[in-house]
Order: sequence, then structure tokens, then C-alpha cells
Amino acid sequence: MINPQDLKLTGYRRPDGRFGVRNHVLIIPVDDLSNAAAEAVAHNIKGTMALPHPYGRLQFGDDLELTFRTLAGQGRNPNCAAVIVIGIEPKWTDRIVQEIAKTGKPCAGFSIERSGDLKTIEAASRKAKEFLHAASEIRREVFPVNKLTMSCKCGESDTTSGLAANPTVGRAFERLAAAGATLIFGETTELTGAEDLVMEQCATPEIAAQFKAAFDDYQALVESQGVSLVGSQPTEGNIRGGLTTIEEKALGNIQKAGRCPIVDFLEPAHEPRKPGLSFMDSSSAAAEMVTLCAAAGSVVHFFPTGQGNVIGNPVIPVIKLSANPLTVATMSEHIDVDLSAMLRIEMNLDQAGDAALLMLERTINGRLTAAEILRHNEFVLTKLYRSA
Amino acid sequence: MKHGILIHEPDDDVGVAVEDLAAGAEIGVITLEGKPVGTVKLINDVPLGHKVAMRDLTSGKDVIEYGRVIAVAIQGAPRGSHVHTHNIKTKRWTA
Repeated sequence: MINPQDLKLTGYRRPDGRFGVRNHVLIIPVDDLSNAAAEAVAHNIKGTMALPHPYGRLQFGDDLELTFRTLAGQGRNPNCAAVIVIGIEPKWTDRIVQEIAKTGKPCAGFSIERSGDLKTIEAASRKAKEFLHAASEIRREVFPVNKLTMSCKCGESDTTSGLAANPTVGRAFERLAAAGATLIFGETTELTGAEDLVMEQCATPEIAAQFKAAFDDYQALVESQGVSLVGSQPTEGNIRGGLTTIEEKALGNIQKAGRCPIVDFLEPAHEPRKPGLSFMDSSSAAAEMVTLCAAAGSVVHFFPTGQGNVIGNPVIPVIKLSANPLTVATMSEHIDVDLSAMLRIEMNLDQAGDAALLMLERTINGRLTAAEILRHNEFVLTKLYRSA
Repeated sequence: MKHGILIHEPDDDVGVAVEDLAAGAEIGVITLEGKPVGTVKLINDVPLGHKVAMRDLTSGKDVIEYGRVIAVAIQGAPRGSHVHTHNIKTKRWTA
């Protein structure tokens, strides 16, 4: 049985002492208007990547703060060596720059008003080229597993997720938590029917109460719309795969946490404060959740799937695990870890945990995931309410 | 004997087909730890990943999987039936 402390992990040491497993130079647009310039810079400078998105204007309150935190979080993520931020005006641009610069990594902001796109693109491209030269000379170093921050979220789940792929992640997470790694899970509404189990797993009554408050808040939000989640949860894909109710889906979902104590409750896109498994209040929509994990500083992600969710993320590698033999056969290009032998009782949970940890080691050390190779760069901001 | 149904807990009301199963077949049931818990004769075709009744489910009674309540039966489903949205439903949200 593999002990995560025996894995040889290499990554890029950042000025704040955290380690990344990828070495991106990011071009972050603060707002929808700046997507064009950001994408132009990424086109000009090989090895850089833009994160276009549809928001960043006339948001307010918690919704605005979450957008800022999510955008800055991508830049703060240890997988990024350096960051260019482009916004329509300098003030909000500088807010993002300042937040990223706290990590000590190179970060520069550019605003479009009083320059226009073309001059902005030229200036930002020159800076991006400088950043890329520097990033390209950073070498990987060995780092201990207690410096690893990672996350999990499942998608297009079916009954095979609860039987095999999710418990596999749970088993791997139990060993990673014991070795001192920092772990994130979430998906608040998708725990409906297992919320008491989550609360029992919380390390203190305070954490359980914080989880329950977030859980109740989500349920109240849905009810305030005069609707229920029937028809959305389970999804049509879940139902096609044999899942019938939210309770059944939740009991499968929570397998990913294994028997790890839940050591902290995090608001969305907040960085974990301690090692072990933290619960982050979050949507269960795959791209939103993984984007929030990246914002929180996760550097790699386990994504168990039943029916075959194809999601990826631009900042963090997303490792797909599936035990559904039909999915593994018909969508093989999307699956990194084939767990279908578990349904045949030819692979037990400990062996599956080993397979997950070995793929984690390879991915951390540079193996590209299926989602990375297939250009699945879903970057999706969570919107709390409509803009002003 | 080769199994075709996996069950989370030995006393669960439902098991999961791990391959497409045909009506009339006598199918072996096994726990995740590989412990056989008998056979069940299928009344319906059951696709891969869908559930099979391990005992007669009566309308109005709770349905147990993972050793926990996952649904309530909304129509009777005899042992060996395909169990899904047509005969069980959530207890948590109303449509």
C-alpha cells in the first residue's frame, strides 16, 4: 500500500514558500471588456495563457468580492509563476494586482482607458515576454507531501461513482491527510441527504455549525425562488446512469471525503488555513467548483466521474477517474485512471487508492492529464446574484 | 459464481447492476468486499448502473441503500424489479 510520504513529488517553489506543479504565466482580464486585449497578449507570447470571462462590471457586495477573490486567486495559485492583469480602468485592476503581489511573485497591471487596446497589448506583451523568460528558467525541486494543496469534486456521477471512483478518492485522501497534505472538498447542495454525515465528520461542533449554516442558506435560496432542485439534482445525466434521488447521489458524493476529519469550513475561494480536509462552501457545477478550488490555491484536482464529465481547468490539472466500463470504453480519451476492475471485484479499494496516488504523482511531476491535452480550460466565475 | 449486482450493505433494499442484465436471468449479488449474498431472479431488463430490488418494496415504504434511506417507494416493486424514477422518489424536495 502506497504511503504518500514515499511519493517523489517535484514542483516549482514560489516566493511565498508554496509549490506549484505547473509553471504558467497568466494573463487575467479584470472584466469582460478586457478579454480581447488579454487574449491578444496570450496570442503574441508563446507559453502564456489568458482567462477570458463574462463578468467584472457593476458587480457589488459579496458578489464583487467573490469575483475579485476568484480572479486574484488564479494569479496567487502556486501553479502560476507570474501574472499580467488587464482591466478597463486602473483602480480595480490594481486591486487584483496588489492581492497577487502579496505572494511575492512578479505581477503587472495594465489599464486600457487613455491608451486603447493596441498600446495596452504592446506594453503588456513586452512585460509578458520578460515574465516568460524568467519563468522558463525556474527548475523543479523535490517537495514534501505536506506542502501539497489539492482538491476533489465529482461530476456526471452515476451509481459506479458511489461504488468505486468516489471511495477511491476517499481512500487516497485519507492517506494524504495522514501525511499532512491540505485537501479541499465542497458541493454544498449536493450533500442533501448526507448532511448529517458531513456534520458528524467535522472535527469540532463549530465547524459543523458553520457547514450547517451554509447548507441551510443554500436550501433557503432555492426555496426563496419558489422552486425545488428536483429536475436539476440529480441531473439528467445522473438519472441516465442509474441515480434516482439526491439522497442517493449525496451518499455517493460524500465517499470522496473518506474518513478524514473535516478540519475547517471555508467561504468560497478562500485559501485553506490548516492541513487536512477543509470543506469549502461551493456550487456543485463542475467548472464553477474547480475554478473556486484553483482560486483557493489547490494545485491539482481529483475528478471522479461515472457517465463521463469532460471538464478541465486552465490553472490546475484535473485527473479523471472512472469505474464505469461503458464510459471507460466509449470516452477513453478523457479518463486518466480506469477503475472499472473494481466493479468486477478484481481491484480492491486499497489497490484503487494506490492507482490514484500513482497518477497523482505522475501528474504532479509533469504528466499532462487528458483534460489538459484536450484543451479543457473551463474557467467559470461563480455569480452570487445579478449585477447592478 | 460470477456476480452481476453489487450491494453497498448486505441488508440494503437495492443493489446495482454492474453490467446490462436481462429479465429472467438469475444474477449473483456480492458486497464491495467480495462477499456473496445470494442470487436474485430479474423481473425486468436492468441497464448497467441501475438498481435492482433485493426484496419486495411496498408503496409508501422507505428504500434503503448505503444502509440509509435514499427514497420512498411510490409503487410496489417486487424483488428482482428495476428500481428507478418510475417506482421510487426523493423524500427531500417536492417537485
